[in-house]
Amino acid sequence: MAPVTLRKLVKRYGALEVVHGIDLEVKDREFIALVGPSGCGKSTTLRMIAGLEDVSDGAIEIGGHKVNDLPPRARNISMVFQSYALYPHMTVAENMGFSLKIAGRKPDEIKARVDEAAAILDLGHLLERRPSQLSGGQRQRVAMGRAIVRQPDVFLFDEPLSNLDAKLRTQVRTEIKKLHARMQATMIYVTHDQVEAMTLSDRIVIMRDGYIEQVGTPEEVFQRPATKFVAGFIGSPPMNMDEVIVENGALVFASGIRLPIPPRFAKSLRPGQKVTFGLRPDDIYPSGHGLHAGDPAAVHEIELPVSITEPLGNETLVFIQFNGRDWVSRMLNPRPLASGEKVRMSFDLSRAHLFDIDTGKALEG
Amino acid sequence: MKLKKLSAPALLLLPAFVVLAAVIVLPLLFSFYSSFTPFRLTKPETLWVFVGLRNYVTVLSNAEFWVAFGRTVLLLTVALNAEMLLGLGLALLVNKATHGQRLLRTAMMFPMMFSPVLVGFQFKFLFNDNIGFVNNALQSLGLTDQAIPWLIDGNLALLSIIIAEVWSSTAVFAILILAGLLAMPKDPVEAAHVDGCTPWQTFRYVTWPYLMPFAFIAMTIRSLDVARAYDIVKIMTDGGPAKRTELLWTLVGRTAYADARMGLANAMAYVAILLSIVFTVYFFRKLAAARQQIGAEW
Ligand SMILES: Nc1ncnc2c1ncn2[C@@H]1O[C@H](COP(=O)(O)OP(=O)(O)OP(=O)(O)O)[C@@H](O)[C@H]1O
Ligand SMILES: [Mg+2]
Repeated sequence: MAPVTLRKLVKRYGALEVVHGIDLEVKDREFIALVGPSGCGKSTTLRMIAGLEDVSDGAIEIGGHKVNDLPPRARNISMVFQSYALYPHMTVAENMGFSLKIAGRKPDEIKARVDEAAAILDLGHLLERRPSQLSGGQRQRVAMGRAIVRQPDVFLFDEPLSNLDAKLRTQVRTEIKKLHARMQATMIYVTHDQVEAMTLSDRIVIMRDGYIEQVGTPEEVFQRPATKFVAGFIGSPPMNMDEVIVENGALVFASGIRLPIPPRFAKSLRPGQKVTFGLRPDDIYPSGHGLHAGDPAAVHEIELPVSITEPLGNETLVFIQFNGRDWVSRMLNPRPLASGEKVRMSFDLSRAHLFDIDTGKALEG
Repeated sequence: MKLKKLSAPALLLLPAFVVLAAVIVLPLLFSFYSSFTPFRLTKPETLWVFVGLRNYVTVLSNAEFWVAFGRTVLLLTVALNAEMLLGLGLALLVNKATHGQRLLRTAMMFPMMFSPVLVGFQFKFLFNDNIGFVNNALQSLGLTDQAIPWLIDGNLALLSIIIAEVWSSTAVFAILILAGLLAMPKDPVEAAHVDGCTPWQTFRYVTWPYLMPFAFIAMTIRSLDVARAYDIVKIMTDGGPAKRTELLWTLVGRTAYADARMGLANAMAYVAILLSIVFTVYFFRKLAAARQQIGAEW
């Protein structure tokens, strides 16, 4: 049983505070992804959990015990480092079996567990090589194998797939998912690839500048982003957003384009209020070509010029000129669209998001 | 007009070759030749008497030579091991320093800035049995009530020389090992912590294998140094008392200049150089193996 709890966790480097008192409860056997832009404090948080960085303030609990002052070796964790961190003087097999050797396990048991991990990660033919004789992706898999072999309570991953090519990345991603099902361990996974975060995790933690913006299931953070930042960060291509003013029953853009107030916000908006309006690419589409059938009562149509199109095979991204910018829309069943051509676009306003212009917080409808 | 035939590069390199030949190759060949003659400085005509391997036979069957040889190896072994342990300790400590590391690194190198002759004089004074600082300190602290004859007792004299050597050259190890520590990637060490290693196990299994090549470089440099140890010994004891600190090169020096037996001395010198070569090859092998171990890319 190893839930991980962060309480008012703070990290300072000298006078510089980089993690500002974050709270987080990771349940036993949960898979949590930490995402956020570069430099937001993901690695720092992970390293504090591992015990590689001192905690400046607050507490970390693993399995209900405060571990602030315990060295890494007493926390029963495994970590996969972004830079592999393999032991250069040991073979692949020795690298993977090292923690067991230190723990005083018998050679047969070590070999059995190393072989098992090697089979999972397809490393069997590389066991006698040294790290310097491996490719980046192979090294990363060895690092992963080293973590698996330990069978810890908590797995910590710091961008473990960042050096793999797209195909291998998908493959190892699947392995991690299977691994989580099999190992019954708590996993905390740092990434800035949101596809990884969405596909792997039970819940996603979105960080920004040392604060947690939102914690939620992949579906929650996608469907109901708590802030403008989350809305822009989760989802690819990102949500289309722009400022509007509320004027007698309509949202008015700077260029004068008017959209009716989405029904669920009808009561909460005051005239003259400035808000940020957001709509995902899936919810704007050339009429009749949407990815999903919108709520007919909430669909609003506007004729807009096309900038360019990007066919992706099964779907097409259409960039349309809206309020002086290019807004992205996603459409199914591509039909040839020429640049400059005017197209009737459907805006599914039942799925619109509104954010407070000052705090960036999502407005409740 | 033979010169005309030389190409421009050869012509330009010629002066360098001439100088090198004059100051290195010719003396070397000359000394090598003289090791096959009974050459004495006082009798120049002996230079032209060729005696074949007689000098080498004399050297190799000379007990005094072998004693000096053995003592040199002993000095080398003890001094190098002590220097390595101390240098490693120093480097690890300095590496831990959070403030003033530069200052410490510089201070660490001070002993290397003294000429060995000065180090010899300094330690000769420190270990003087009457007025020396060491005895003075020991007596003041009440650790002993007699004056210890540091440079007069045969065994203590060798120990004193070793201490002087270690003092002056531990920095070579400390600096090279520190360079290794500074160049060492941090994350294997962190991985070891996570893998369950205690600080000692981390050092033993991760840090030390990484530092080994650096230690072997220092070993190579220092073994050449100590194998030709001369100045410190010459000043502190001059091979005494009763030749109890006679090393290879003090013996060579004495044979050449005090006894004036140049031919014999040169033969000794060539045998002594073999010792250096053996040590160098040995440490280079170790270095290559250690580098391969850590997959070093340098
Ligand atoms: N040793 C340090 N001293 C001072 N500041 C540091 C130190 N280590 C990290 N930081 C700062 O802390 C902040 C968070 O760094 P961290 O490595 O956690 O970011 P990250 O979210 O992992 O980013 P990335 O996605 O690029 O890996 C950064 O602004 C960084 O500059
Ligand atoms: Mg990072």
